[in-house]
Amino acid sequence: MLKRFLKCVREYKRPTIVTLVLIMLEVVIDVIIPFIVARLVNDIRAGIKMAEILKTGGVLFVMAIASLLCGGIAGFSSAKAAAGFAKNVRHDVFSKINSFSFGNIDKFSTSSLTTRLTTDITNVQMSYMMLIRIAVRAPLMLIFSIVMAYIMGGSLAGTFVVVIPVLVFGLLMVAKYAMPAFRSVFKKYDKLNESVEENVRGMRVVKGFAREEFEKKKFNKAADDIRADFTKAERIVALNAPIMQFCIYFNMIFVMTAGSYIIIGHKSGINVGELSSMLTYGMQILINLMMLSMIYVMLTMSAESMKRIVEVLNEEPTIKDPENPVTFVADGSVVFKNVNFKYERKAKEYALRNINIDIPSGATVGILGGTGSGKTALVSLIPRLYDTDSGEVLVGGVNVKDYLKYDLRNAVACVLQKNLLFSGTIKDNLRWGNENATDSEIKEACKLACCDEFIDTFKDGYDTKIEQGGTNVSGGQKQRLCIARALLKKPKILILDDSTSAVDTKTDAEIRAGLKKYLPNTTKIVIAQRVSSISDSDMIIILDGGEVSGIGTHSELLATNEIYKEMYIQQTNGGEENA
Amino acid sequence: MPKPPVNNKRKLDGSSLLRVVKMLFKFYPVLMPIVVACMVLSSLVSAIPALFQQRIIAAITKFTESSEYIAGNYSAAWSMAKGEIIKYIVILGSLYLVSILLITLYTQLMAYITQGFLSKLRIMMFGGMQNLPIRYFDTNKHGDIMSYYTNDIDTLRQLVSQSLPNLIQSSIIVISVFSIMIYYSVIMTALIIFGVFFMFYVSKKLGGGSAKYFIRQQSSIAKTEGFAQEMMNGQKVIKVFCREEEVKKDFDKVNNELFEDSFRAHAYANSLGPIIFNIGNILYVLAALLGGLLIITKAPSISLSGMVFNISILVPFLNMTKQFTGNTNQVSQQFNSIIMALAGSKRIFDLIDQEPEEDKGTVTLVNAIIDKNGNITESEKRTGKWAWKDPKEDGTVTFTELKGDVRMVDVDFSYTPQKQVLYGVSVYANPGEKVAFVGATGAGKTTITNLINRFYDIADGKIRYDGININKIKKADLRRSLGIVLQDTNLFTGTVMDNIRYGNLEATDEECIEAAKLAGAHGFISHLPDGYNTELTNNGANFSQGQRQLLAIARAAVASPPVMILDEATSSIDTRTEAIIQRGMDRLMEGRTVFVIAHRLSTVKNSDVIMVLDHGRIIERGSHKELIEKKGTYYKLYTGAFELE
Repeated sequence: MLKRFLKCVREYKRPTIVTLVLIMLEVVIDVIIPFIVARLVNDIRAGIKMAEILKTGGVLFVMAIASLLCGGIAGFSSAKAAAGFAKNVRHDVFSKINSFSFGNIDKFSTSSLTTRLTTDITNVQMSYMMLIRIAVRAPLMLIFSIVMAYIMGGSLAGTFVVVIPVLVFGLLMVAKYAMPAFRSVFKKYDKLNESVEENVRGMRVVKGFAREEFEKKKFNKAADDIRADFTKAERIVALNAPIMQFCIYFNMIFVMTAGSYIIIGHKSGINVGELSSMLTYGMQILINLMMLSMIYVMLTMSAESMKRIVEVLNEEPTIKDPENPVTFVADGSVVFKNVNFKYERKAKEYALRNINIDIPSGATVGILGGTGSGKTALVSLIPRLYDTDSGEVLVGGVNVKDYLKYDLRNAVACVLQKNLLFSGTIKDNLRWGNENATDSEIKEACKLACCDEFIDTFKDGYDTKIEQGGTNVSGGQKQRLCIARALLKKPKILILDDSTSAVDTKTDAEIRAGLKKYLPNTTKIVIAQRVSSISDSDMIIILDGGEVSGIGTHSELLATNEIYKEMYIQQTNGGEENA
Repeated sequence: MPKPPVNNKRKLDGSSLLRVVKMLFKFYPVLMPIVVACMVLSSLVSAIPALFQQRIIAAITKFTESSEYIAGNYSAAWSMAKGEIIKYIVILGSLYLVSILLITLYTQLMAYITQGFLSKLRIMMFGGMQNLPIRYFDTNKHGDIMSYYTNDIDTLRQLVSQSLPNLIQSSIIVISVFSIMIYYSVIMTALIIFGVFFMFYVSKKLGGGSAKYFIRQQSSIAKTEGFAQEMMNGQKVIKVFCREEEVKKDFDKVNNELFEDSFRAHAYANSLGPIIFNIGNILYVLAALLGGLLIITKAPSISLSGMVFNISILVPFLNMTKQFTGNTNQVSQQFNSIIMALAGSKRIFDLIDQEPEEDKGTVTLVNAIIDKNGNITESEKRTGKWAWKDPKEDGTVTFTELKGDVRMVDVDFSYTPQKQVLYGVSVYANPGEKVAFVGATGAGKTTITNLINRFYDIADGKIRYDGININKIKKADLRRSLGIVLQDTNLFTGTVMDNIRYGNLEATDEECIEAAKLAGAHGFISHLPDGYNTELTNNGANFSQGQRQLLAIARAAVASPPVMILDEATSSIDTRTEAIIQRGMDRLMEGRTVFVIAHRLSTVKNSDVIMVLDHGRIIERGSHKELIEKKGTYYKLYTGAFELE
């Protein structure tokens, strides 16, 4: 796991090493400073000699400046190293997500992937920073202080035999009980915030049903519950302060008592000055132990974040390019051979069952069926957005699994049911279809998709800005822009998934006629709600509950297929009969 | 793209900090003073041991100079010293004990108070939010409102649990040390004060810079999150257009911005500690030099005590300098979290201080028993009949039967003063009638329903409900009498059953299932692994949009309101399914006044009256047949010659 993360350090190795070196320097200086201070005090005690004071003071001054520079620069470089490391991890995770198939994404869910990309990586960033700053500093200071304490205090250092285990044990116990408490309370906290979000989003429903008081009661209960749990967790952590104080005080009393006994009763090498230094080093030891316990807690907490990130990084995309790929799509023929498919391996029911369809290149095909009949699933298999469970899909006579995804998808243009335009100008959006399209090519595609008429009415024409989500164009206009975008790919197969539902019937007919006339060699597959949109197709496929219920032309199906007949009557004659 | 908030004039407005402190004392009028008292005491107690340490050391020095000691009779020296030293040690020990008890007490109390305070604050926010008008939610981004509950509350947690106690303690120490210093020497104190001001200046610069970038980092994270989300939602489009590489490049741009902000924020924060610490060291040197100078030149000393400056003062003075700068360092470490908390608490208080929805209505909705003569009496139980109860000023009460007669006369309305949305709209809905609104997006269809349930109030004209001015009806009661089903269905965490019961909390399981059957939702619910007990997560993301709409219809059905508003309620249900559930819908609408907004004309065709709206005006009205014969806009829409939206 760590190896995978180390790979992400990359160009930030230098600031990392700079930090480590500077921190070590700083530790050395910080350890020497108390000596100098003691000398300064001794100088003053020994009677005021300005020259001496100036000399010692000057040394101290220089050391302070050096420490300031080391610490300050290390602060900068460690921030850079950690933020850069996080940037690289984020880049790697996002790239990985980009290579995911829908199966992969569904496995994690979008919201959990987003959390991994933000909160989890921020946690790891903080840990990295802690690691290169304090994880170097604390043990060094600790070792040094213990050594110094033994050199100076001799047997007095025995105090640490008692104090260190007590502190370590105390801190570990606090960490042991506090961590699970926090973990569970944070989960509850997330739930609470989810319910707030639900309320913010659904305020119309809450107010519509006059449920304000009900929601308040529900929230108060949840908030109270969380308060109790949070308090418990915080109170455990609050024990750190008295434990620490106890150790400091114990150390003081021990050193004082034993020290005075040794000094007066035994005339050993210790003097009063050393006694005070023992206290200083004791403090340093305890503080650094405290730091180490903080790192321990931080690292264990972020270990879970790391696990979640590595899960993403190690996930294999389920749809991969083959080893010896075919890179050229010969024509626009599509064949489904005994295809069975379900979105999730765990799903009980197949979304498509036993599908056998043969679409010749250049044909116009209409697909009809109710919600959940498998229309979108069927067309999703053609550009290999999903893989079949069994059976095969052939495009241009070759199994889609044998193509390079890039080439296959370039030959297949999809206008999806959920139309999406991205922030940018109309031209930017259209160029998604072909980065190098000329202005005249763009105009041509727009004419075919019947969007030239409204684009021309815009003040900025093709440079009109589309807002995020495409909210400033109407639904019908958005659909037509999406069709134009797909046409620019000059595809061999064009799939329109319910993509003219908001377009008026006249324009709809015009677009279909245009496609037929100008793209005779492109296979056109159209999913529609309106029978009228597809009744003149070469082939109509009726889907029902994931199975093919009928294939044929309009007149054939009208005679043989009940579902088609029912829909046709309901949408055309039916209206007039009622009226 | 939203610009990061670059606010150069960000003033350190302490008023919200003061308000936090006031609230703490208001919520915990007994505990807070105890906590503060404990803090003061423990700070003082922790200052006293230093005196006893001095005495012990003095005693040691004294006894090492005694004749026994010099003579080499150490044990005699020790037995002489024992009494005095042990006395000090015992006092020291008991002081420590008191100190530990005080610390334990106040840290425990503080943990309790912090969480209690946050919980109370959260409840205040949520309660206040529930009372806000819909306008607030329509004009504020949901993400922003959410961050009050997450990020901003977190900054307050940091403030109350760490920064405030730290601030209080440090100021106590600083004040006491300051008074001792000024007691000894004014000139020396002046030097220290100057140094401390310099430290504060540096920490304000660095801490302020750090806080600025932390706030920016926050918005960069939000931007990264937004970008990632947009791309994951658009994953299909990205894949079918093979745009993976371009998207990665765009992401790197956002990612790089986040890096810059995060780097700066932490760089300032990280370097603050060592810089302030070493300024302290330098100050120490300066104090030693100045002190030495004062002694050597025998400068006249200015002090409260009138003492002449000498070595015995200089040494403790230097120690105090250390203590002083140490505490300044502690305070400066809190700087950036205090600034963040200031910004956070300001936003939280802004939410709490929002004007709640106004409600001057007095007429309430009651269950009614209506006898043969038409006399109405109030009932405790649900009778299926409803009446408006109007308490008059003279104390009498009149009842009006709820029939569902809704009239709008010459209504004008605008969401913002600049842009009028409705112009002289008049709608008459007789009891039991089905009234439909048809028109392009933005024509004002939904606005009309927003006015009927008083999500917004009209600018001009009048709305009467069973002859009563709707402004006189209590909002909650008015809304209870109207069942709404919206296009964007919002469901709540809980089981399917809970969600249906949301419409009527007293409904039995059987009634809920009955309602689900009516809405045509029973079929798919019974196919769920846990049926009606299936848990919904994430706003029902595990259901299709169509299934969610069916649940929303069931929810309205169980409420069984006299008047219903269906705003694109069946838009995500395909025409075939819609035809199948039509019978249930017809039964649901039977005997009720229903307002229908729909895109699909087949949904509105059988309405009693259809209103065609265009740019806030009703341009055609009549039944389907009448409008077809008229061969106007509706006819063109119906024949598909016009596109909607």
